[in-house]
Amino acid sequence: MVGSIAALGMGLAVIGAGIGVGNVGAKAMEAIARQPEAVGDIRSNMILIAALVEGAALIAIVFCFLVA
Amino acid sequence: MKIFPVVLTILLAITWGTTWSTPADPKDDHHEDVSHLCESHDGHGHDEEFDPGNTAFHHISDANVYSIGPWNIPLPCIVYAPGQGLDVFFSNKFDYDFMGHGDGQKSYKGYVLVGGSIHRISDASFPQDAVDVHVVSDAEHHPYVCHQGTGYHLDAKSTADGGVFGGGITSFYDFSLTKNVTSMLIVFGLLAWMFFGIARSYREREGRAPTGIQSFIEPIFLFIQDEVAKPFLGSKYMKYLPFLMALFFFILGLNLFGQVPFFGGSNVTGNLAVTLVLAVFAFLVTNLSGTKDYWEHIFWMPGVPAWVKTILTPVEFLGVFIKPVTLMLRLMANITAGHMVIIIFVSLIFLFGKLGDNMVGGILTTIPAALLTIFMMSIELLVAFIQAFVFTILTASYIGAAIEEHHH
Repeated sequence: MVGSIAALGMGLAVIGAGIGVGNVGAKAMEAIARQPEAVGDIRSNMILIAALVEGAALIAIVFCFLVA
Repeated sequence: MKIFPVVLTILLAITWGTTWSTPADPKDDHHEDVSHLCESHDGHGHDEEFDPGNTAFHHISDANVYSIGPWNIPLPCIVYAPGQGLDVFFSNKFDYDFMGHGDGQKSYKGYVLVGGSIHRISDASFPQDAVDVHVVSDAEHHPYVCHQGTGYHLDAKSTADGGVFGGGITSFYDFSLTKNVTSMLIVFGLLAWMFFGIARSYREREGRAPTGIQSFIEPIFLFIQDEVAKPFLGSKYMKYLPFLMALFFFILGLNLFGQVPFFGGSNVTGNLAVTLVLAVFAFLVTNLSGTKDYWEHIFWMPGVPAWVKTILTPVEFLGVFIKPVTLMLRLMANITAGHMVIIIFVSLIFLFGKLGDNMVGGILTTIPAALLTIFMMSIELLVAFIQAFVFTILTASYIGAAIEEHHH
């Protein structure tokens, strides 16, 4: 096996990001389907939370990058 | 006195200050002879292989020359080494190629320019006046300097981010007006011009509909005021509104400026030192406006049993510091990741061009690489807005928690 284990760490972090943002998006779409007139509020909150989850994953990716 | 430009100036001044670093003693344990690299080097005759990792690093790091397209514009360098004193000069003293890689052909007072950044020669006995040098690198792309057949080691460039992107704590302080500082000054100038103009048109057109750039900024301004400031800060929002607005527009301006391709393309908000200063400001404003309730909630949370307090107090205390640290890392990681992806997409053209016998691979890859880059740059526009918004809304939320009235 060649390469660094930090690359594995990066991949795992992206899995976490995918699950997190996917959940946020799924719940947001359910909420919009239940109440279409609230789409503006739901969309802004969805983007905010997605950025926070993504932030954690990207911090992990940057740390892996440094370790390698 | 107008608060917004004052805050912006202070932000900038301290941001410049954090490109400094603390010096350490130069290590004397790596003085192996590297003169062998100078003998075999025959000038720039060899075909330099394209190194995507190094190219990416070079484009997301700070530099002492301002690269506009293929041209490198010299910037003022202000360096201080204990024992040598302060040196102020323009980086064209290093006699680098105006349209090249940014390797200096001359050293100056023991400093050389390697890949656009100032490094210092570790050997203190190197001649202090301008002498001819040339820069070579070994197999791992570490740079060394050759002068009259002898190789010399170099100290790393001096950065405040602890060596995260190839810099670190070295034997000299680098206070120069680097590419990042110049970009910050340019963005400051643009923002100041824009907002002073908008303020003047609000004064002159009192009661009338907004026009021009006023009508472009007004929805954004009102969005931050109504969705970020008022919900989190309640009735005292006016006191913190200038700070939040300065934070939002400064970060947004820097993010967008870093996206413009040839005009510097400087990765300012991806620099740990810059985001560190912004996070320090958020930390100071939050904690200096903390009420007695806020500190009570951190150190001695009311309404929980005593044994839970022993767990909560250290966690809450650490949280006071960790929250600004996450602000810093989130902004840096998002912007740097975006820049790196765009650089790698463009590097695809060069990589494919080197793979085969001729350049056809490179030419054919241009279209898909260009499309991917356009796609990635549109996402980066979105990310620029979102990250500025997230920084601002989290800062507003932390300030709101600090100034909250007792309402149990």
